[in-house]
Amino acid sequence: MPEDLASNDVQQDSQSSNPAGPVVAFDDVSISFDEKRVLQNVSFNVQRGETRIILGPAGGGKSVLMKLTNGLMRPDSGTIHVFGEDVTAMSETDLFKLRARIGMVFQESALFDSLSVEDNVAYRLHEEHVPEEEAHRRVVEVLQFVELEQAISKFPSELSGGMRRRVSIARAIISKPDLILYDSATAGLDPITSTTIVELIIKQRDVSHTTSLLITHRIQDAFLLAMSRFNAQTGKIEPIPNGGIDDSTKFLVLNEGKIVFDGTTLELVRSTDPWLKEYLA
Amino acid sequence: MSFVSPEVFAKQKIAAVQDYSVLSWRAISNIFSGPRYWADVFTQMDSIGVGSMPIVVLTGFFTGCVLALQSATSLQAFGSVSLTGNLVALSMVKELGPVLTGLMVSGRNASGMASELGSMKVTEQIDAMRALGTDPVRKLVTPRLYATVFMLFFLTIVADAVGIAGGALVSITLLGLNGSSYFHNSYRALAYGDIVQGLTKPLFSGFIIATVGCYFGMNTKGGTQGVGRATTQAVVVSSVFIIIVDFIVSRAMIGIFGK
Repeated sequence: MPEDLASNDVQQDSQSSNPAGPVVAFDDVSISFDEKRVLQNVSFNVQRGETRIILGPAGGGKSVLMKLTNGLMRPDSGTIHVFGEDVTAMSETDLFKLRARIGMVFQESALFDSLSVEDNVAYRLHEEHVPEEEAHRRVVEVLQFVELEQAISKFPSELSGGMRRRVSIARAIISKPDLILYDSATAGLDPITSTTIVELIIKQRDVSHTTSLLITHRIQDAFLLAMSRFNAQTGKIEPIPNGGIDDSTKFLVLNEGKIVFDGTTLELVRSTDPWLKEYLA
Repeated sequence: MSFVSPEVFAKQKIAAVQDYSVLSWRAISNIFSGPRYWADVFTQMDSIGVGSMPIVVLTGFFTGCVLALQSATSLQAFGSVSLTGNLVALSMVKELGPVLTGLMVSGRNASGMASELGSMKVTEQIDAMRALGTDPVRKLVTPRLYATVFMLFFLTIVADAVGIAGGALVSITLLGLNGSSYFHNSYRALAYGDIVQGLTKPLFSGFIIATVGCYFGMNTKGGTQGVGRATTQAVVVSSVFIIIVDFIVSRAMIGIFGK
């Protein structure tokens, strides 16, 4: 698939214009656990409306990077700005307010197992004291989006891995966040279910144009995201005509805590870096 | 198991005390600001208070029974079997009621809290809660703390009452004592300071059970094995703390009330 892209003649706009500055900005961020450096001097920006795919081998610090973005962890050094606010210097109370604008899909879904699907999805709405009728209407709407409205009264333990992941996505997008973090949304799923989840992410990207960070170690999922679009007329996912690439989808490749690539899909497949070529092969 | 230097070990222990203190302080102070999760407080009161009633009633009742039996045997040597009621009432209200209730509730609820919160921690549900903009200490720890302190107070009263009743049953049926004189002696034996002492202890025990249980739960690491370890540690540490604090409170109360 990378080879198909490498021969692509479509010119890409590498930087989307954004007068308000980047949504996520990492500046020289490092973090260690038990003297093992997990991220080393990581710097990158994510612009408004961009879908940033984070690739890399397992144990490369991808999930840590995601938790740093949401302020769930704090770096040892460096600064992280989200919506222009420095999350490394914010108190936990202020972070709760900031996180209201961020949706997160966890690696293992992290659904509340003592709550039903409806209560899980409506969790944020209940916290904001949204009237019950409106909360129910929005839950049904978002479950229809993830094609899971029949599971509304089930409990997480009754759902398959793929269904749980879809509920997790529904929970993340119900409040229409300005930033969505997908932490290995397709990890541990079979290829068909994995493709369903990626299609859901594409749909979310093309319908709402929300800025998002997405971790995956399935390269085929990453390229499916970069080369497909949601057709609002047919309601289906289809390849972008003429082998086109989605402008808003960009890549970040991490290996052993360091950034080895930061750029567009075309730049990635045309990269001459030997490690990157081997990894993508 | 890896061995660490004494310096690292000491630092780890001090850091744990610091984390425990911060967690406890946040759990207490959260009640003074919103949002407050009253529904969770009532759910926990039901689970901790009503749910613990059977074991507390059984423990209290049979402790009273055995106390009457044992004390009657000793008092017989001095010809004072009629004082059994005094001994049972004083022992139950001042010491055994609060301590045994604390230990039983610790075994049932400190373990429950540690395993429930520990499972949530290892399955990233605590992080998910934070990511959804909810403070897990406010949502999970504060309701458990206030519910335990409130309910343990009343559970101790229940344990004291059924303990004295158990003592009465044994005294009347097995020792042949007069029921009226047993209750009269029991009532006369108890002074204001005894009641205060007996009902101050569950406030401390409740605090220990909830904060220790939640601390080990919130700091669980290492999957299901970690949850098991956290549960065991929570019960062991809270039980030992309850007995140590019982001694300190007893000494303080004797200092205040002179008995």
